[in-house]
Amino acid sequence: MAKAAESSGDPGTTIPRPLFAGLSDISISQDIPVEGEITIPMRSQIREFDSSTLNESVQNTIMRDLKAVGKKFMHVLYPRKSNTLLRDWDLWGPLILCVTLALMLQRSSVDSEKDGGPQFAEVFVIVWFGAVTITLNSKLLGGNISFFQSLCVLGYCILPLTVAMLVCRLVLLAEPGPVNFMVRLFVVIVMFAWSIVASTAFLADSQPPNRKALAIYPVFLFYFVISWMILTFTPQ
Amino acid sequence: MAAVDDLQFEEFGDAATSPAANPGATTIHIEGPSESPTHQPGLPRGSGGEEDDELLGNDDSDKTELLAGQKKSSPFWTFEYYQTFFDVDTYQVFDRIKGSLLPIPGKNFVRLYIRSNPDLYGPFWICATLVFAIAISGNLSNFLIHLGEKTYHYVPEFRKVSIAATIIYAYAWLVPLALWGFLMWRNSKVMNIVSYSFLEIVCVYGYSLFIYIPTAVLWVIPQKAVRWILVMIALGISGSVLAMTFWPAVREDNRRIALATIVTIVLLHTLLSVGCLAYFFDAPEMDHHLPATTAAPNQTAAAAK
Repeated sequence: MAKAAESSGDPGTTIPRPLFAGLSDISISQDIPVEGEITIPMRSQIREFDSSTLNESVQNTIMRDLKAVGKKFMHVLYPRKSNTLLRDWDLWGPLILCVTLALMLQRSSVDSEKDGGPQFAEVFVIVWFGAVTITLNSKLLGGNISFFQSLCVLGYCILPLTVAMLVCRLVLLAEPGPVNFMVRLFVVIVMFAWSIVASTAFLADSQPPNRKALAIYPVFLFYFVISWMILTFTPQ
Repeated sequence: MAAVDDLQFEEFGDAATSPAANPGATTIHIEGPSESPTHQPGLPRGSGGEEDDELLGNDDSDKTELLAGQKKSSPFWTFEYYQTFFDVDTYQVFDRIKGSLLPIPGKNFVRLYIRSNPDLYGPFWICATLVFAIAISGNLSNFLIHLGEKTYHYVPEFRKVSIAATIIYAYAWLVPLALWGFLMWRNSKVMNIVSYSFLEIVCVYGYSLFIYIPTAVLWVIPQKAVRWILVMIALGISGSVLAMTFWPAVREDNRRIALATIVTIVLLHTLLSVGCLAYFFDAPEMDHHLPATTAAPNQTAAAAK
């Protein structure tokens, strides 16, 4: 390479040299190593990894899954266009959120004869069958997202509404009145908008471009119904 | 290397081969597809000839018949089969909704908007939205009506959602099934020009229910007169869409059966809207309403005397 550089170092030349012109002049000297060892450094580590997940303590296993769920919660709370929710999907988070929401929303068994709010099973069915229907709809429209990835995103984006439910329950401990209702309305509206923004950020890219609105509208309807159930919750 | 001249193409000018210059030569003249209606000999020319053309969409009914045979070729147990029912874009769904809101006399909804591409997206999600719209606004309207009463305790009435879902989905699927069966039966007796597939009928019914979504939201207003005016308007619009769609299909039949079919369609539609209004929305009673809170002392004092 030095020889080629010298030959083209003349400042006065204007003739362009063809590419790799000086390559034929190069000889491999002894101090450029072209031999060495080929080892796979990961092999021993993989064997250790396999046995370690089998022999690790239960606490380690649970903490690892909880950390993964917590990391995804953070992604939902601060939605950016990232692929984490889609790549490593899991259904633990949606299950935890759905069970929490359904437990908080169910009416007490005292007034089961009167036409009151939803039962635990009704909330559970609405959340899971709603998510399945939206996923089927998006796949039928031609979206290229897998079934469980979509369920994962829709389930995790219920997190803002679960937070709204907690806040509403706390607010309902105070005395009832129009101010009480206005505070709850405001909180539910804000969390509803947050859920929509979060799920759109994750799901919008997987839809065909001329059908985006068709795929997003059912998500809007789904979160609207859940928000309505949260807003109309009245304790006995 | 060949000479450059040998590679030149021979020019065939028009003058060399036109029939005038060369009367003995044979020429081939290819015509494009002709647009004149005389190419469709099977259609009768009645007194409403112009209407027929517009209602049947004669300008490309040939193409639609061809296209209809080429769709849905996958077997019904594959996912792709059901994907053909969702082969619509956003602007197409909006166009179909717009067509159901503005029925133009003489324009057939199916021929104009659906054109052998019936979709299940519209009927399914319009019905889902309607179910929740009716349940939620019924609940809201009852809350507003009974607001001042001391003995009223608000309940979310969640049971009514499942009842509304049963009613709306049964109407949107069973009535088209019955209508399709009836049209098939009449088709075997009387040669009809227009016959709709089951999915096209489901599509028309689904999109014609769209007008009830804003109607249900406006039914929150607790005035009887307002509610009945809304019922009339919604019934007029969606009823006319349905009547104009199915009139060409039964027109060739016995006059009385044709009229009876159209009347039954409109009657079932009326029954749905009036039934929903009566069941989900409590009657607004003026005694418990707003005047009780503002002018209450005078009126209750006068009434007590």
